[in-house]
This record gives sequence, C-alpha cells and structure tokens, in this order.
Amino acid sequence: MDINTLRGLSTLFLLVVFIALVFWAYSDRRKKDFDEAANLPFVDDEPVESKDKVGEDS
Amino acid sequence: MSELNSALEHPQYNYKVVRQFAVMTVVWGIVGMLVGVLLAAQLVWPVLNFDTPWLSFGRLRPLHTNAVIFAFGGCALFSTSLFVVQRTCQARLISDKLAAFVFWGWQLVIVAAVITLPMGLTTSKEYAELEWPIDILITVVWVMYAILFFGTIMKRKTSHIYVANWFFGAFIITVAVLHIINSLAVPVGMFKSYSIYAGTVDAMVQWWYGHNAVGFFLTAGFLGIMYYFVPKQAGRPVYSYRLSIVHFWALIAVYIWAGPHHLHYTALPDWAQSLGMIMSLILLAPSWGGMINGMMTLSGAWDKLRTDPILRFLVVSLSFYGMSTFEGPMMSIKTVNALSHYTDWTIGHVHSGALGWVAMVSIGALYHLLPILFAKQQMYSIPLINVHFWMSTIGTVLYIASMWVNGILQGLMWRAYNQDGTLTYSFVESVEASYSGYLVRLIGGLIFFAGMLVMAYNLWMTARQPQDRSQPVPSAA
Repeated sequence: MDINTLRGLSTLFLLVVFIALVFWAYSDRRKKDFDEAANLPFVDDEPVESKDKVGEDS
Repeated sequence: MSELNSALEHPQYNYKVVRQFAVMTVVWGIVGMLVGVLLAAQLVWPVLNFDTPWLSFGRLRPLHTNAVIFAFGGCALFSTSLFVVQRTCQARLISDKLAAFVFWGWQLVIVAAVITLPMGLTTSKEYAELEWPIDILITVVWVMYAILFFGTIMKRKTSHIYVANWFFGAFIITVAVLHIINSLAVPVGMFKSYSIYAGTVDAMVQWWYGHNAVGFFLTAGFLGIMYYFVPKQAGRPVYSYRLSIVHFWALIAVYIWAGPHHLHYTALPDWAQSLGMIMSLILLAPSWGGMINGMMTLSGAWDKLRTDPILRFLVVSLSFYGMSTFEGPMMSIKTVNALSHYTDWTIGHVHSGALGWVAMVSIGALYHLLPILFAKQQMYSIPLINVHFWMSTIGTVLYIASMWVNGILQGLMWRAYNQDGTLTYSFVESVEASYSGYLVRLIGGLIFFAGMLVMAYNLWMTARQPQDRSQPVPSAA
C-alpha cells in the first residue's frame, strides 16, 4: 500500500475515533458517572470553607 | 515564611509547596512585568537603556518573556496543579521532599535565567533562550514534577480523575516532550551550544515548540485552573462535564499541528503553511467550546458577578480567552497574516492572551487560593481585589487597543508602494508613526503592573491577619 493512502486512512481513522468519543461522552449510560465526577471539586470541602466564597452570605 | 509553617500545616494535604509557589507567583509577576514596563518605556524613550549592554532591549526582552511565562505563569501552574490534584484526588502529594525539590529547583532555574539572559547568554531560540546547562536542570525538575503529579493521581481515593487534572497532565507531558526535542543541542562550551537542527527544519521545530508552549503551557495548563476554580468560586459544578471531555481531546489533538502559522511566506513548504493555517482555523471550535463551558457554569448565578470580584477576574479572563482564540485563527489566515506578521498586532494578540487570559485567570485563582493557604476566611480586603480587577482590565484594554492600531498602521505603511514600484515609506517612518501607540501601551502596562502591587499588599496583609480558620465562623444566613 502506498504510504500516502495510509496517511489518508489514518486521518479518517482519527475522525471515526473522535465521533465515537463524542457518542461515548454523550451516551445516557455515562451520565451518572459524569455527574459524580463534576462534583469532585466539592466533595472534600471542610465545613467552614464555604465561607471562602465572597458574596455567599446572603 | 518558615515560622508560619507549623501553624499552617494542613492535616491531610501538603499546602506548603502550594503556598510557596503561590507567593512566588506574585513576586515573579511583579519582577517580570516590571521588566516589561521598562521595555515598553525603552520603545518610547530609547535613552532608557543607559547605553548599558545588560539593559539593552535585545537582552531584557527574553528576560521579560521568560519571567512572565515560566516564572510567573509557571509558579501559578505549579501552585494550582499541586493544590487541585490533592483536593480532587483526596490524596496527599506522594512526597514532601520531592515537592520541596521541585519548588527550589524551579526557583534555581529562574535565578539562572535572571543572571544569564542580561549577560547575553542565549541560544537565540525564542522562548527557549536558556543555554544547555539550564535546559538540563529544567528537564530534571520537570520530570520530578511529573512524578509528583502523576504519583499523586495514582494513589487517589476517588475513582474518577477530575477533568482539571487531565488538562494539567497533558500540559506536563507535552511540555516535557517539547522542551527536550527543541532544546537538543551540541555544547561547545559551558555557555555555548549549537542546535542539532538547521535551516527550515530548525525553524519548524522551533515553532512546533513555540506554538505548543502557547497551546499546552499557556492554554491547557490554565484551562486546568479554569475547570477547578471557576466551578469552585461560582459554587456550582461545571456547565457540562461531557463537553469538557470532548473539549480536552479535541484541543490536544488539534493544537499540536498549528505551529507552521508562525512561518507563513517563509522557506517552509507551502503545503505545511496551509496545513498550519487550516489546523489553526479548526482550533477555534475546541477553544470556544472550552470558553463556553466555563462561562455557562455561571448560568443561573450571574448575579454573583455583581458582588464577587474574584469571580469577575475568572469570567473576564474567559472573555479575553475567547477574544484571543478568535483573533489567533484569523491572524493565521495567510492573507491576513501578510498584513499582521512582524507588526505590533502580534504583540497585542499575545498580550490579549497573556494579560487578559493567563494573568487574570491566575490572579483570580490565587485570590481564591491564598486565604485557604494562609488559613484565613478571606483576603484582607475584597474592595482592593475589585480595584485590582479594574486596573487589570483597563490596563489590558489599553495595551491591546494601542497595539492593534500600531500593527495595522505598520502593516499598511510597509506594503504601500508608489506607481514606479518603490516603497512609499521607509521603515523608520513607520517607527515614528508608532510613537503614540507605544506611549499608550506603556500606560496600559504600567496600570496592569501597579495592579500586581495592590495584590502584593493584599497578600501581605492577609498573611499577617490575626484571625484564622480555626475560630468559629458565624453561620451563613
């Protein structure tokens, strides 16, 4: 096979991988895991730390 | 600072190294920006180099870029990444000794740069000017940093690796690869080496490095900051975690190809130039995807912007990020580049990213971080944060607006020619026409720099504040 055919196909391969990634990321099955992950910055908060945020008082 | 350490020791995490890097971010920010202000003043009043080689523009310019990118930006990235990786993995750094080595090693690199660059010791590779002994030191420190970071991720107590750590991880790995490959050289003396690359290949390797220093040091790393500190300061999780995954893979896959746009209309083959341009245009999509993800995190909480200057820093930094990642692809179009390249427009574009995005997101993150690191409820003065915010914003706007005017003026003057084919303007006429723009730029830079002094004062007073976190906190209403 010509090396340039291989190069062209590798681009196509990466496109397919990217589209697969988008479908994977947006599949309903992943939703629960991602919601958990999105909350990781908040799970180890010490109770007093919420006071660090300015304008939270009201 | 050592006398503070025992009182500030966190039971679970290593905050010491985070605190050291955070304080040095402010210190190096002031140093680096002061050199920048001096350079801007030299362009208005050339006499300010005092006929001293060590103070000449050519030697101080790399000192300015190295200081703001690798000392200021670098310390901000070390500080935030080592904080975020501990907090989101719920694990202490694998080794306190290694953390101390990374801190002192990096400070040694910076001091070496501050000494050698004004002496005129340089490889002449832009953003990679440091000579080979310092390059080796950088490599050692960086590998230790990688071990520290990834080692901590490996011992994490959470099942998932939070998205900010993906960005920090990509930044650490890619910068190692870029630095090592671009710095390969044959030493011919203690302070002199020759790159192993030559000609067009040398140029392409250099700008593959140079643009990915932008892409991974100044973008991916700071996006890691964005993905932790924007949700944290807004008090709500990131707008779309799914988008953040697509954002990550799209950004790192595309950035690596954009380098050739620095070499339009040079000896680089045309196809490589066009490829660089196309990839730069595609890059708009992941860049804006990330910006939108950060901005929309505030949806439903926009009112917080009215009361919280820290959040203002973070959100306005995202606006500048959006602006400069729109401007960048436009400037990479060959016909636009024919006008903009080698003019002050490029300098304006860089500072729209460097001041507006990188510096402002770091400053916002630091204002969130510093009270935590010094075990205080909040910064000494919130109004002073607001003052700093406006100084940064106005300074940045003056800087980039004056450079747009100068850049387009220079580009148009350089390409103007008479009917007989001779150039209408000599080069020095375009320099003369740029004079007022240089003055406005100096004023803008000076305001931004003065804002850093306000921050240093606020930091000093916060560290000295008597009240601390261990005291009972009045319950929130």
